[in-house]
Amino acid sequence: MTQVSTHDHIVTSYGEELDDLADEIARMGGLVETQVIDALTAVVRRDASIAKTVRKREITVNAMQVDIEKKVIRLFALRQPMATDLRVTITALRLASDLERIGDLAKTIAYRAADLNSYPPLEVTQRIERLGNIVTRQLREVLDALSADNVEPAIRVWRNDDEVDEHYNSVIKEMLLLMSGDSSLVDPGAHILFVAKNLERIGDHCTNIAEAVHYQVTGDTLESVEAAAP
Amino acid sequence: MTEPSKKAATREIVERNLPARYRSESRFRTAGIVAIIVSVIILVLLIGSIGLKSLPAYTAWQIHLPVALDQALVDPEGDSSEASIRQGSFGRVLQNGMRETFPDVSGRSNMRSLFQLYTSLNSTRLMDQVIADPGLIGSDYVFTMPLGDDLDLYLKGMLVEDRSVEMNGVLEIEAGRRRTNIQSQSADFAIVLAELQQMMIDEALSLESRAAANRTLMASVDAEEADRLNEEAARFDQRAQVLRTDAAGENGQLELSDDLPSVIVEFRGGAIRMNRLDLNGQGGSGESILSIAENRSDEAWTLYVVDTPQARRRIPDNQLIWTRALVERGIVTQAFNHYFFANADSREPELAGIRGALNGSILTLIVTLLLSIPVGIATAIYLEEFAPKNKFTDLIEVNINNLAAVPSIIFGLLGVAIFIDVFSLPRGTPVLGGLVLSLMTLPTIIIATRASLKAVPPSIRQAALGVGASRTQSVFHHVLPLATPGILTGSIIGLSRALGETAPLLMIGMVAFIADAPKLSLEGFTEPATVLPVQIYLWYSAAERAFEPRAAAAIIVLLTLIISFNAVAVYLRRKFERRW
Amino acid sequence: MTTAQAQATLYHDIPEARDVKVAIAGVDVHYGDKQALFDVSMQIPDRSVTAFIGPSGCGKSTFLRCVNRMNDTIDGAVVTGSLKIDGTEINDKTIDPVVLRASVGMVFQKPNPFPKSIYDNVAYGPKIHGLAATREELDGIVEQSLVKAGLWGEVSDRLTDPGTSLSGGQQQRLVIARAIAVNPEVILMDEPCSALDPIATAKVEELIDELRENYCIIMVTHSMAQAARVSQMTAFFHLGNLVEYGPTEEIFTNPRERRTQDYITGRFG
Repeated sequence: MTQVSTHDHIVTSYGEELDDLADEIARMGGLVETQVIDALTAVVRRDASIAKTVRKREITVNAMQVDIEKKVIRLFALRQPMATDLRVTITALRLASDLERIGDLAKTIAYRAADLNSYPPLEVTQRIERLGNIVTRQLREVLDALSADNVEPAIRVWRNDDEVDEHYNSVIKEMLLLMSGDSSLVDPGAHILFVAKNLERIGDHCTNIAEAVHYQVTGDTLESVEAAAP
Repeated sequence: MTEPSKKAATREIVERNLPARYRSESRFRTAGIVAIIVSVIILVLLIGSIGLKSLPAYTAWQIHLPVALDQALVDPEGDSSEASIRQGSFGRVLQNGMRETFPDVSGRSNMRSLFQLYTSLNSTRLMDQVIADPGLIGSDYVFTMPLGDDLDLYLKGMLVEDRSVEMNGVLEIEAGRRRTNIQSQSADFAIVLAELQQMMIDEALSLESRAAANRTLMASVDAEEADRLNEEAARFDQRAQVLRTDAAGENGQLELSDDLPSVIVEFRGGAIRMNRLDLNGQGGSGESILSIAENRSDEAWTLYVVDTPQARRRIPDNQLIWTRALVERGIVTQAFNHYFFANADSREPELAGIRGALNGSILTLIVTLLLSIPVGIATAIYLEEFAPKNKFTDLIEVNINNLAAVPSIIFGLLGVAIFIDVFSLPRGTPVLGGLVLSLMTLPTIIIATRASLKAVPPSIRQAALGVGASRTQSVFHHVLPLATPGILTGSIIGLSRALGETAPLLMIGMVAFIADAPKLSLEGFTEPATVLPVQIYLWYSAAERAFEPRAAAAIIVLLTLIISFNAVAVYLRRKFERRW
Repeated sequence: MTTAQAQATLYHDIPEARDVKVAIAGVDVHYGDKQALFDVSMQIPDRSVTAFIGPSGCGKSTFLRCVNRMNDTIDGAVVTGSLKIDGTEINDKTIDPVVLRASVGMVFQKPNPFPKSIYDNVAYGPKIHGLAATREELDGIVEQSLVKAGLWGEVSDRLTDPGTSLSGGQQQRLVIARAIAVNPEVILMDEPCSALDPIATAKVEELIDELRENYCIIMVTHSMAQAARVSQMTAFFHLGNLVEYGPTEEIFTNPRERRTQDYITGRFG
C-alpha cells in the first residue's frame, strides 16, 4: 500500500529541505551504528582507546539530534507538511530522539568497558558479544529499512525483539549464577549486567525505530497492523 | 559572478533610453493638452459667436400707441359680440392712432410710409385683445406692438451708420409751403458740406480711374471688346463730370441727392430733412418732416447725419425721423422681447417666436419618450436577461447595433413609407414625428440599457438566485435598480439626440410654416407642428435680416435644452450610482 | 483498493456522521460537448462540514452547483444522475429550483451583499418566500440570523447602513446571515474565504464551525489548510473525477490515492 510519490515538489526548496532532513537522519543512523559497534568492540577486546573515541563521538551525535529538531520545527512552521511529508517530518523527530538515546546507551557501554579492563577477562563476555551482535544486526536492518522506505525488514526487526529479550534474560541468569558462586565476580559482574541491560534497551529503541519507519511508509501504526494480523 | 556587471549593464541601457522615453511621454502629454485647448477654443468661438449674434433677439422696441377704440370702427354691429368685433376695422384704428400721433404728416405716400412703422398683422392682435376684453370698446387704449423689424434693427444700430452732432449756432428758420429755409449765424454746416463735396470728388476720381483703366485695357483686346470698354469709359467720365459739377454747386448751393448721406436738422421735436446746403456752410433749405413751431433757435440743436445714403437702405429718412421722434416722446421703448418666447412663427420677424416650435418639440419628445423608453428598456431586458443565446437572437442583436448606425434621414423615409403611406397618419404632426424619432432612438436606448445591464456584476444575480429569487425577481429587484443610472443616462442622451434631429422630420412634413402654436394638450399631438431645429433651419433661410438673430437665439434655446437634458442625465447618474 | 470502496469504508469511520443528508449517485455534468464531471457518487453527512478540494477546473465548483441546481442558469449545462436531499430526488424537472434554493443556501467566493441596507440584505430571502407574516416576525428572523452569523453585536446599531459599507469579512458573514435567514438545510460555500484576510478568514471559519451544529455545510476551497481546519470530510476532485473522499484527518495524513497525495503535498507532476 506504499505510495510515496515519485514526483518532485513544485516548490524545489521544500523538496530539498525534506531530502536534507532524510540525509541527516541517515548520517546520524550511520554514526550511531558505529558507536554501538565500537562500544561493543571496546567491551569484547578490552580496548580502552576505542572506548575513548566513542565518548568523543557522542558529542557529535547530540549535536545532530539538536540540528534535526531544528530542521523539523522549521519545516512545520514554514512548510506545513501534509500527508507523506507530514509523516516523514514527524518520524524524523522520533528517529532523532531514539537514535540519540541509542548513542547515549553506547556511550555508557563504553564507560563500562573502561571499568571492566581493571578486572580479569570473564568467560561471559562471549555471551555479551553474542547479544551485542544480535542488537547490532537489528539496528542495521532497521536503518536499512528506513533508507529503503521498506516496511518488511522493519516488521522483521520488530518481531525479532523477542530474540534480543531471550538472550538478555539468559545472560542475566548466567551472570547472577556466577556471581552467587564467586563473590569476587560481583564487581565486574555488575558492570556486565549494565552492559547487557543497555544492549537490551538499544534493542527496544530499534523496535521503536521500526514502528516509526512503518508509520512513515504506510501511515498506519505497526501495533494496529499486528493486532489485525493473526 | 557576472550578476553585478549584468545589473550595471541593464541600468546603463535603461538610463540611456530614459530621456527618449520621457521625451515621448511629454510630447504625448503636450499634444493632448493642445488638442483640448484647440477644442475648447473652437467650442467657445462657436457658442460665443452664436450667442453674440442672438443678442438683438432678446430685446424688442415697442410702440405704445394711444388708440381710440371707436364703437363704429371696432364694433360695427354694436353688440360687443365676437362676430361683430371680427368685422371691425382695426387696421384703421391703428392708422388713426398714428395720424393722431403725427398730425402734420400729409400726402398719400407719406401716410403709407408712416403706416409702415409697424406691421399690419398687429391689427389682428388688437382685435384679439378687444375680443378678450369687450369692455375696451369706446375707450381710449394704449396698444403695445412691436416696431417694424427694420426700424428695430435701426434702433439697435445694426442697419445704418449715423451720427448726431450737438450744435450751438443760432438758427433762423423760415418755413415755406414746400420748402423750409435755414440760416445759421455760424458755419455749422461747413464740416458736413466739405465731407459731402469730398465724397463726390472721391467718387468722381474713382470713376475717372476706372475709365482710364478701361482705356488701357483696350489696347490688348479685340475691336468689339475695345468698343464696349470705350463706351463704358465714356459713361464713367460723363458721370464723373456730373459729380464734379454737382460738387461745385449751383447758385451757391449744393444739391443733396438720395445717393448722398442724409442731413437732418432736429430741434424741439421737429425735424427738417435738408435738400440743399449753402456753399458758405451757414445754412440751406429742406423739407420739413416734423414741423418746428419756432422760427428762431436760441438753444442747442442737433445735426443728425445718416451716412448710409437713402437709396441704399430699406427705410426712408422720414421713417427714421418719426421713429426717433417716437423714442424721444417715450412712445417707443425697448423691452424684453416676449414676442419671441410667446409667439409662434410669423412672416414678420418682430412677431415671430419659438413658442410653436418649442411646443412641437415637447409634444414630439413626449411621444418619443412614451414609445421608445418602455419598448427599448423592455427589449434590452429581455435580450440581455431572458432570451436564449442562439442564431436568431444573435441576428436581432446585430441588426439592432446596425440600426444605431443608420443615417437619420433613412428613418424619415421609413416614416413616410410606413406611417404615412400605409397607416395614413396625418403629415407633419407630433405623433408622426414622435414615431419616427422613436424608431431612431430605440437602438440607442437598447444598446445603452444592455450595456448597463451587462455592467451589473454577475455576483449580484447569483446572490439573488442563491437565496431563491426567481429570474424575474432577481432582474427586477436587484439588477434593474443597479442598472438604472446607466439606463437613464442612455435614454436621456438618446432623447436629446432626438430633440436636435432635423433630417427625418423634414421628410415627414414637419417643415411647414406654422403660425399657431400647437396646444400642449391631447389634440396638440395631431395638430401640424414644427420643431426647434427645423424652425432654426427655416429662419436661417428666410430673407429678412431680423430673422438672423432670432435663429441664433433659437439655437441658444435648443442648446440650453439639450445641455440641461444632459445635465439631468449626469445628475441622475451621480445620484443613483452605487458601488458594489 | 478502488475509489468507490474507499468512500464506503471511510464513510463509516466518521464519528460526527449522524445520518446522510445528501446522497449523490452517478452524476455526470456536460457543458455542451464538454464533459465536466464523470460519474460522481458520494454521501454527504448532515451536521458536518464537507470540503471539496482539487486543482482549478477539476469540477468541484460545478459539482457544488449541482446541489442547488445553479447549473440550470448556465446555457447548455446538462446534469444527469441522482442527487437526493433527505431521500428526495432534486435533479428532476418537477422540482422547482426556486423551492430547492430556499432549502439550499449558497455563499459565494466574493462577498456579494446586495447594495441595500444590512437589514434588507438579510430580510430579502424571507420576504420573497413569505416566511414572515408581520414586520415583527421579520425583525426577529433578521436578528436571529445576524446573531447566528456572529454579526449582530457589530451591526445591531446600524442595520440601515448599506451592506457594502461593511468590511470584507463582515460582508461575507452578512452573506452567510442572508443564506441562513431562509432557514436552509444545506449551505453551499464556494471558496468563502478566498477574498478575505487571515483574521476575517478565521472569524468566518469559526462561524462555519458553529453552524455545523445545525446545518449540512458543503464547501469548496483552494486552501488545503482551510479544508483541514474546518471540515470533517474531504473530497478530492481531479479532472472531473471524484478521486478520494473520506474523513479529513485521513486525507491529510494518509491519503489512499497517489493523486490525492501528490496534490496535498504539492507535488503535482
